[in-house]
Amino acid sequence: MGKNFKSLVIGFVLLSLMLFPFFGERFYIQFASKILVMIIFVSSLNLLVGFTGLVSLGHAAFFGFAGYVLAILMQVDSSTHFVTALLISISCVGLLGLVFGVLVLRTKGIFFIMSTLALGEMLFYFLHDTDFAGGSDGIYIYSRPNLSIFDFWDVDLANAVHFYYVALVFVCLTLIFIGRIIQSPFGRVISGIRVNEHRTKALGYNTYKFKLVCFVIASMIAAVSGFLAAVQFGVVNPEMVGWHVSGHALMMVILGGKGAILGPVLGTTTLMITEEIFQMLTKHWQLLTGLVIVLVALFFPNGLAGIRIFKKGGSM
Amino acid sequence: MPVSDSLLTISGLNVHYGLSHVLHELSLDIKCGETVALMGRNGMGKTTLLKTLVGLLPSTSGLIKHLGQDTRGLPTHTLARRGIAYVPEGRGIFKNLSVKENLLLAARPGVRGQKDWSFGRVLDSFPRLNERLNHGGQQLSGGEQQMLSIGRALLTNPDLLILDEATEGLAPLIAQDIWRIIDVIRQSGISSVLVDKNFKALAKLSDRSVVMVKGKIVFDGSPNHLIENPLNLTKWLGV
Repeated sequence: MGKNFKSLVIGFVLLSLMLFPFFGERFYIQFASKILVMIIFVSSLNLLVGFTGLVSLGHAAFFGFAGYVLAILMQVDSSTHFVTALLISISCVGLLGLVFGVLVLRTKGIFFIMSTLALGEMLFYFLHDTDFAGGSDGIYIYSRPNLSIFDFWDVDLANAVHFYYVALVFVCLTLIFIGRIIQSPFGRVISGIRVNEHRTKALGYNTYKFKLVCFVIASMIAAVSGFLAAVQFGVVNPEMVGWHVSGHALMMVILGGKGAILGPVLGTTTLMITEEIFQMLTKHWQLLTGLVIVLVALFFPNGLAGIRIFKKGGSM
Repeated sequence: MPVSDSLLTISGLNVHYGLSHVLHELSLDIKCGETVALMGRNGMGKTTLLKTLVGLLPSTSGLIKHLGQDTRGLPTHTLARRGIAYVPEGRGIFKNLSVKENLLLAARPGVRGQKDWSFGRVLDSFPRLNERLNHGGQQLSGGEQQMLSIGRALLTNPDLLILDEATEGLAPLIAQDIWRIIDVIRQSGISSVLVDKNFKALAKLSDRSVVMVKGKIVFDGSPNHLIENPLNLTKWLGV
């Protein structure tokens, strides 16, 4: 696939996504928005799992916590601007990511996985058992943050079409941002850590610091998706930080192909559409979904992004 | 090469793997610009010693000094920044990165001015790498991987280069190329510790030979003295 052809395909896909709300029904627009928000979350997990080799089962903590920050913020001041709320959410989650990272990155392998799982579950039960976080019911977000752009365009985030475009912009920004990270000298170091941490240390890199920075960046990207999910659904609850949300995202990373920027896009879209179709067909839809994942793992060990047609795109 | 002050001093070094005592009261001095051949049969503690020097293994007791400063307990990355480069057995290149990316990952300015190993100088010394600059690490032959591994270590501009089994598993012609490169490194004034099974090549290139048996140094002297005593060669090295 030549560079021009690749640009043409990307342009066509983007154009199709931009035109989609003009033809799609409300349900499908909302569903597509859900996929877009999830792509951001899965991309953030891919930065850890696929590019740095850190398998986390507690990543949903950042996704859910961002939603909670927004919900509490809107309770305090319902007129908060979207950008302000987003920056506060990202900052709070970044801080949480730093605390979690400092603790869990001292462990390796299975212990790292278990530590992330434990911290995620601690946050789950903290939110579940405290009154200010609304207990198991969570918190309703009655008014969405205000998103007016230069006072001449008011974006209504409760409007499915408006939200869809906002989510689309954030997906594009996320993918570009992660692409930039991966191609930077920082990206080369984290790639080195994934392949051989000792060797990277022997080249003079403090791998702990690099992993910590990566962990915090991934948590902040996850915050963007959690923030958008809370805006979309208008409610946050402890389920958002549960380990099964992390596990679900991990399946999407593996299905799409870890360590590929396009992987989360393919994995998330495929899994969410497949699940939706199977849910319409049978009540045993999880069985069929599991089968699809097993088949992909068997026949495409590098995930969907590893299939020749996607792989030939080069760095994608 | 002219040999002067001490670069690395090891004294009374003990290393354990759990309850197993692997290095016993080991003492060794490596001078600036010196090439030391570390020899011994398999399992005698050579790699353990090298890993301890670069901070990958902790020592139980003893001293390791680099340019007069105690390095015990320092992390590997700090030792690498201080000028100790390690090329391990098995090369350890980053197969997911291209040749160029592998080299750029390591590149760090040195303090020797014109003598520094720059990206261009490494490519001049390893023409094969220049030809394969944009190839992925996984596409390289064993010899090319070794060249990349050495080139990458040189780009950190070390004052001590540690090469563990640099020619292991390479065809004789490729191995010859690696020996040529090691000679170039030697001429450039970088101190090095070489571990290899090719006793003859080591003897030719090194200023000093050190033989290890069961975690202890049993010989430390000129390669010629070692060669002159075939009985010891057989006993210690099996050659």
